[in-house]
Amino acid sequence: MQTKVLAVDDSRTMRDILSHALGEAGFEVDVAEDGAHGLEVAARFKPDVVISDINMPRLDGFGFIEMLRKDRELGAVPILVLTTESAPELKSRARAAGATGWIIKPFDGEKLVAAIRRVSA
Amino acid sequence: MSSDLDQILVTFFEECEDLLASLQENLGLAEIEPQDSEQINSIFRAVHSIKGGAGAFHLETLVKFAHGFETVLNDVRNGDVAMGPEVIAVFWQSSDMLSDLIGAAQSQSDSDEVAVDDLLERLIALRPTHLIEAEPEDLEFTPIGAAAVFDLDLGPPLASAETVFNISFKPKAGFYQNGHETLLFLRSLEDLGQLTARCNTETLPDFDDFESEAAYFSWEIELRTEKGETDIREIFEFAEGHFELDISTTSPVPSSATTVPDIPDIPDIAEIPLPEVTPPVKKTKSKPKKLATVRVDVERIDQLINLVGELVVAQAILTQCIEEMDLAGDTELLNHIDELKVLSREIQDSVMTVRAQSVKPLFQRMSRIVREAAAATEKLVRLEIVGDTTEIDKTVIEKLADPLTHMLRNAVDHGLETPKERRDAGKDETGVVTLSAAHRSGRVVIDVSDDGGGIDRARVLQIAIDKGLISPGDKLEPEDIDSILFLPGFSTVGEVSELSGRGVGMDVVKTAIQSLGGQISMSSKPGKGSKFSISLPLTLAVLDGMVVEVEGERFILPITSIRELVRPGTEKIHQIDRDFTAVSIRGENIRVIDVGRALGIRSTPCVFEKSILVLVEVDDGSRCALAFDAIQDQRQVVIKSLETNYTDVLGVAAATILGDGRIALILDPNDPVFGAKITEQPNNLSFAKAG
Repeated sequence: MQTKVLAVDDSRTMRDILSHALGEAGFEVDVAEDGAHGLEVAARFKPDVVISDINMPRLDGFGFIEMLRKDRELGAVPILVLTTESAPELKSRARAAGATGWIIKPFDGEKLVAAIRRVSA
Repeated sequence: MSSDLDQILVTFFEECEDLLASLQENLGLAEIEPQDSEQINSIFRAVHSIKGGAGAFHLETLVKFAHGFETVLNDVRNGDVAMGPEVIAVFWQSSDMLSDLIGAAQSQSDSDEVAVDDLLERLIALRPTHLIEAEPEDLEFTPIGAAAVFDLDLGPPLASAETVFNISFKPKAGFYQNGHETLLFLRSLEDLGQLTARCNTETLPDFDDFESEAAYFSWEIELRTEKGETDIREIFEFAEGHFELDISTTSPVPSSATTVPDIPDIPDIAEIPLPEVTPPVKKTKSKPKKLATVRVDVERIDQLINLVGELVVAQAILTQCIEEMDLAGDTELLNHIDELKVLSREIQDSVMTVRAQSVKPLFQRMSRIVREAAAATEKLVRLEIVGDTTEIDKTVIEKLADPLTHMLRNAVDHGLETPKERRDAGKDETGVVTLSAAHRSGRVVIDVSDDGGGIDRARVLQIAIDKGLISPGDKLEPEDIDSILFLPGFSTVGEVSELSGRGVGMDVVKTAIQSLGGQISMSSKPGKGSKFSISLPLTLAVLDGMVVEVEGERFILPITSIRELVRPGTEKIHQIDRDFTAVSIRGENIRVIDVGRALGIRSTPCVFEKSILVLVEVDDGSRCALAFDAIQDQRQVVIKSLETNYTDVLGVAAATILGDGRIALILDPNDPVFGAKITEQPNNLSFAKAG
């Protein structure tokens, strides 16, 4: 069965890039535009791995992860944070919110896949 | 693959446009309410997204600049930098710079690196000094840690450099809650070298005491690797804080064939119920209203508009047929016909709105023009935008950019006074230029007004006389003087200013507006300011026309070019020579054109005294009177291009289908066939002034 990846990013370009790279790597991909939308899509799509941006309108990445972690069914899904900032405090904030790992932008397909493989069986 | 990426790049530029619009809008709002954090957040997100996309496409200058901009925006967000007027001014320039860099990236041209660095320095200068020092050099784009983490292509370890690490690893509850799994960490460790792992299950309590969310296992791992402790710790970095880790080394021991031994079943964490079991996801079903959009090829929309135009015509034909069949008594039939009529109109209206777009992006672009004009003239200017949600046909919007740019430059350059002059006149130092849009009776009206000194009519008059546009003896009303501004060859710039002295006069603006089926007018009050008004049709696909008749043929004359209808008495018509007839209207001699002869559908000369004369004004401001046999009525017609189906025809702009199914040609008064644009006029004709 294909690993299902949900990519949450408010930038259309980034969503396209993620879909493209993940699709090429053989993942089944769905996308969402922000945290609130991400929760909706997650409930329906039931991803195996979630990739999320931090800076988003409505519900940001931190809030999205916190909400998702409270979900009975999806609470333990690995979540990778997508970020251009590599500042330590952002990492620890993401970790505190419940992120499993992070991917630093800009990324290439290989980096992305390696990061997903690291958190999903 | 590459074409996919090209497509994504196109998306990126499209998105950049949206992001820039949002950036500018929020910057405008932040100018008014600097304390509102939502705006600064939106600005930050826009810049951040631009940076993210640019990074993916290796647009380095754009990334560099967006990063600098974003850094200062982040300081504002954190309260380290206050939003003052100077900060906002630099932000505006940064927004313009972003726009330029995106444009340069799109056209694959070089950007002005010096200007970029210069502005970056000014951005950095806004930051408090302690933050500048604290910022590590260029940290952002070096994926720290990532390189080591993802660099998995290690060859088999060399025995000589190997160390044996004894790793004691005990995950805490949060480890599982954050979606981690020990097996994956063990696999990563195994990539570093040879691994033996043993799971300690002694702490696992009896089933009765078992807490589902607690962590019970710990691991003893022996790793034989040439890598150092840092590399091992990096593997665990993702889960930092959610485990106890103890790493010690023992002296290398002879290599023995070790593999990952039987790893006892790791509890399937996905099935461990987490403490809070309310599923918040389900509650968000009531989706907040989000405007979903679809991007559609303009050609398809045009085709749809065309077809709907045909539908309306077909409906009109049907109606006419039924009327001619004299079925007036059949109320049911007439009711259905009426219904059809209403429906087709509604479809037509809604299809027209598909092409309509808000003028907001256009207006926002204009704010930059005003800022630049203000800077160039050293005037203080505030641009007020009214009604920017007004929608107009997309093609019209695109063609409005140049005229509006010119009008706004004029407003700042010629309309507004210098701060000193304004102070002396008892006005606020900062001049206000207002750009507004509104729908008014089926048309769109765009006004550019300023609160400057108004038109200096004496000066305009003098320049017009100097340039020979009018003769010194001419008596002109104030409105007539104002209209001189629109004459070709008129330019008030006695001193050619850097800004608007580019050889483009208001006549060019007027021509551009007229080519859109629009009209431009102006009013001015000395000391109070001037206002230029553009009135435009909602769409270019439909035209307001006058149905006129020559020799039994019907033609359409665009309403926008019509000034006046005249039924002359004999005394007003003057035969100047064989080919030149003029009509005298309020003391002004205007050339009369025999449309039937001009179009070649009549050989005998027309009796002008029995004709209806339609006074039209053409692009260059000159007028002529077109002679027709009769005028039928005024109606909206759907424009059908002749060139696409046939060929360019002299004197004819396009065609349309009338209600009875017959074709009528739409006349183009600008065509030389009508001789309105003639250079040599008999001497006794005075200048035909523009209105």
